[in-house]
Amino acid sequence: MFELNALELSQAIREKKLTVVEVVSAYLDAVKKIDEKINAFLCINAEYALSKAREIQKKLDAGEELSKLAGVPIAIKDNISTKGFKTTCASKILDGFEPIYDATVIEKLEAAGLIIIGKLNMDEFAMGGSSETGAFGAVRNPWDISRVAGGSSGGSAAAVAAGALPLSLGTDTGGSIRQPCAFCGVSGIKPTYGAISRYGLVAYASSLDQIGPIGRSIEECAALLEIISGEDNKDATCVMQKPFAFTERFKNKLNGIKIGLPTNYFEKGIDNGVKNAVLAAAKTFKEAGASVIEFNMPFTEYMVPSYYIIASAEASSNLSRYDGVKYGYRSKNAVTLNEVYRMSRNEGFGLEVKRRIMLGSFVLSSGYYDAYYKKASDARSLIKSAYEKLFEQFDMILSPVAPTTAYKLGENIDDPMKMYMGDIYTVSINLAGLPALSIPCGFDEQGLPVGLQLTGNAYSEATLINAAREYQSITDWHTKKPGDVI
Amino acid sequence: MVIDEKLIKYLEDLSFIILSNEERGRICADLENIIAGMELLSKLDTSSIPKQDLSLNLKTDLRKDEVTPSFPRNEILKNAPKANAETFVVPKTVE
Repeated sequence: MFELNALELSQAIREKKLTVVEVVSAYLDAVKKIDEKINAFLCINAEYALSKAREIQKKLDAGEELSKLAGVPIAIKDNISTKGFKTTCASKILDGFEPIYDATVIEKLEAAGLIIIGKLNMDEFAMGGSSETGAFGAVRNPWDISRVAGGSSGGSAAAVAAGALPLSLGTDTGGSIRQPCAFCGVSGIKPTYGAISRYGLVAYASSLDQIGPIGRSIEECAALLEIISGEDNKDATCVMQKPFAFTERFKNKLNGIKIGLPTNYFEKGIDNGVKNAVLAAAKTFKEAGASVIEFNMPFTEYMVPSYYIIASAEASSNLSRYDGVKYGYRSKNAVTLNEVYRMSRNEGFGLEVKRRIMLGSFVLSSGYYDAYYKKASDARSLIKSAYEKLFEQFDMILSPVAPTTAYKLGENIDDPMKMYMGDIYTVSINLAGLPALSIPCGFDEQGLPVGLQLTGNAYSEATLINAAREYQSITDWHTKKPGDVI
Repeated sequence: MVIDEKLIKYLEDLSFIILSNEERGRICADLENIIAGMELLSKLDTSSIPKQDLSLNLKTDLRKDEVTPSFPRNEILKNAPKANAETFVVPKTVE
């Protein structure tokens, strides 16, 4: 059963070779064993999962055609609201919080017959790139448990990489799906801003956040993306009307596909292991028929500053709702109302969250707004225009996901600027609202996975997925598994 | 730029946070370092950007203005740290 991918698993269920209860029970057992080592889960709800499994089996037995992923177990990053499951965003301030409604993506998953078995660990409020900033312990990388899983969707990527689950949902504000996928050797997609409903996603930076799928192969991610995409009248920023349908493949493999390769991304600050693997992948694309055209990516030095100003500004506003009154944690020591607000927030938020809230307050404050927030918003417009021009020349851009492979736990946690610079290749894509995917493309000299990123124009997911499908049909990096954890 | 005691306390007020002395020292140093990195943006010529540029240019349809049921009050209050049958409860602000 564990050798089957998500699509094969569902097919076996629909062909009555396996039952949904058998599959869910087996994965619940696997999760228990694996999670002791990697701390990817914050909550496992076996009773709920088994009851849903029985319900879905009845529907399938009655001949209902739910989806090509019906019966497949999945787990959800803990910043997506799930009725009946605690949703903490890995923060003490939401410890014990149980949403009273499901996010739209959860309703779509349940209608498609997927079985939610639990919630996944992450950086607190998705603020971080290592899944170490959460209040409930760091996620460990299944390839080397002394290393980080990446972040902020570290639990979502690590659980799939370790074989605890065939699929998961993550979220991506500045690279939070793509970078942990690269660190853990799995595939993931950050969809176009506006393709997936954010209703029920706990907001970090609302103009940047998107929910997306994580799986071992891009084929499995594409099937999950079809299910969660499309309009939602509860989210005015979800503008794509019909869900994606990735049925049409390239007729002529990669022939005629123009891929831009930003050479300045490979000049400094990148590990040799990453550089060699990504350039080798570019060569593979070329040999498979694509034109690979070198260019210089503009505005690279302004991407990280612009992103952190805008994201922190939005976070400082979004996180003002945590006040110790409506839900979550309230300080036991607070006497006055003012103390309830301030002491609950100070005791409930971790250091990185406080740092970003205060940075956001600074860049929005009188006297600094024009020099920081306004400037960053203008830089964002320039970056977006630059991408529009690039996509007049290229079908997609091929780049590294991150400048390094997974580093040791604790190695960068005390150096926020170093951590932020690790997002150099991913944040501009969120600023421009574009789709991008991360797929495994090799290993460095330490045996750690390397990811490559394909970025496309808005709503060009089908093109990106087709290119990644072709790559995964001629390489086997995505099939490699970290043996010692499973 | 220097993040001094006065500015950090102002930011604490804006953020509704009270930092401990240890946290204050650490966040002061971190913010100085982070803001120094962001000052690079001042070198970027953004004079070509029109005022009030909407970076994402999203076009959305308005939904019908229909009354729909909202969440039951008792369910919402279940998540409150302190509540009575009808409202959230906070310390008295007026004697």
